[in-house]
Amino acid sequence: MKKKEVTVKVTDVGMRFNLSQEKVDNLKEYIIKRITNQLRFNEFWALRDINFEIHKGERLGVLGLNGSGKSTLLKIVSGVLKPTNGTVMTKGKVAPLLELGAGFTPEYTGRENIYLYGAMLGYPKELLDERFDEIVDFSELGEFIDVPIKNYSSGMKARLGFSVATIVEPDILILDEVLSVGDKKFKRKSERKVMNMFDKGVTVLFVSHSLEQVMRICDKAIILDGGHIVAKGNVEKVAKIYRNMTE
Amino acid sequence: MSRIKTNLTNFKKYRFLLYELVKKNIKLKYRRSYLGILWTLIEPLLTMIVLSVVFGVFFNKGDKQWPVYILTGRLLYSFFSSGTKTALRSVSGSASMIKKVYVPKYMYVISNIISNFIIFLISLIILVIVAAVLDVQPTIYLLGAIVPLIILFFITSGVGMILATLNVFFRDIDYIWQVVSMLISYTCAIFYPTERLLKSGYAFVLDFNPVYMCIANFRNTVLYGKPLDMQYVLVSSIIGVVVLLVGIVLFYKKQDKFILYL
Repeated sequence: MKKKEVTVKVTDVGMRFNLSQEKVDNLKEYIIKRITNQLRFNEFWALRDINFEIHKGERLGVLGLNGSGKSTLLKIVSGVLKPTNGTVMTKGKVAPLLELGAGFTPEYTGRENIYLYGAMLGYPKELLDERFDEIVDFSELGEFIDVPIKNYSSGMKARLGFSVATIVEPDILILDEVLSVGDKKFKRKSERKVMNMFDKGVTVLFVSHSLEQVMRICDKAIILDGGHIVAKGNVEKVAKIYRNMTE
Repeated sequence: MSRIKTNLTNFKKYRFLLYELVKKNIKLKYRRSYLGILWTLIEPLLTMIVLSVVFGVFFNKGDKQWPVYILTGRLLYSFFSSGTKTALRSVSGSASMIKKVYVPKYMYVISNIISNFIIFLISLIILVIVAAVLDVQPTIYLLGAIVPLIILFFITSGVGMILATLNVFFRDIDYIWQVVSMLISYTCAIFYPTERLLKSGYAFVLDFNPVYMCIANFRNTVLYGKPLDMQYVLVSSIIGVVVLLVGIVLFYKKQDKFILYL
């Protein structure tokens, strides 16, 4: 059997947080504690020894209970968070569909935000010029596109965020239960768009604690528990373990 | 070497973002004000009038070009002051974005410095007008004015980087810097003649203040029609380079930790 190209490779990743009892964020406290040697941190490993790879076109689901390190893993793969040790290799364009519209500027209009947010995602100007109408159409914002974002409802913001983020066909798609955006109609539309990407062979990293969603979307899965991978493999096999774990 | 190369390609990728961030800073600064960007001209003009009248009476200045002296000092200082102040808040103020989208983080700092520099360059129009009205004769030395401006840009970027980094970990920096920048403003000879300080025996404060050196050199070329003071050029550019290097190194060493403190 010929192995496909590896598009995401996570090697020995660990993430340590310093949970200080009280957060020291002012100079006076820091100096006093430094001098009196009270600067103690509770080391906490949110992730430890994480190893996995995703081949091109595979869809990996990450299962786990709250606080098991799922979100941390996602942030590391999307590049927002740098792991304490280990490396993450990704090949191709990564599109994290996480907390859509987080990069919006409230005083800016929808139109201006399309360019600013697009730029944050690393898109060139020409692409945004070219696809501008398409973004507006898909978001169904119509004339609201020239209204400052601060007057938008959260559904409108999410719709615009989704429309901008999915304008390019990514190689790797990172999803955080994002398939539920906006009202029912838009939800169906956005789901269709994501499914379309699946058909085109995008690599997916999907995080959820909902087993049904993972089984519907993914072909492989891992389970995180306390920052460790406790199971990995085909989604049916892993689902069985997860069911035993949670019940 | 390869790290520099990857940084460069990364910069190219996010060039458009830098442009967008600069545009945002300038646009939002004047949004919803009736006079908009005209304030970059009116505001320094008004402060110039106030300062010239108040301190003109104080120091008994009958000098016709006294307002130009004040305006040059004020313009350069306010670039430094607003540049460092906005840079200081740039990283901690972008917490919500930094936590969710990966972007080279220096973009937040640099975009603030650049947008302040552009506002400063626009405000030079008012200097040209005031200088023409008050009959300041341009000379060939005017070309040298670019030198202190470049040096001041470096100093401001370096200080901005350092402050932005520190402010992530200690929110006190904001308040401390307000006091420090007030102190710097008083030692920049903005609204008093330099001779007053020279006579008082506190002249040494000017020799340690790179911002003052830039202001003095700017005045030399613009107002007095004199060549640049080379000693000031040398000292201020050395300070500028050192500050910038410290800023870059500090920022790069700490930037991966930012997210944990935002």
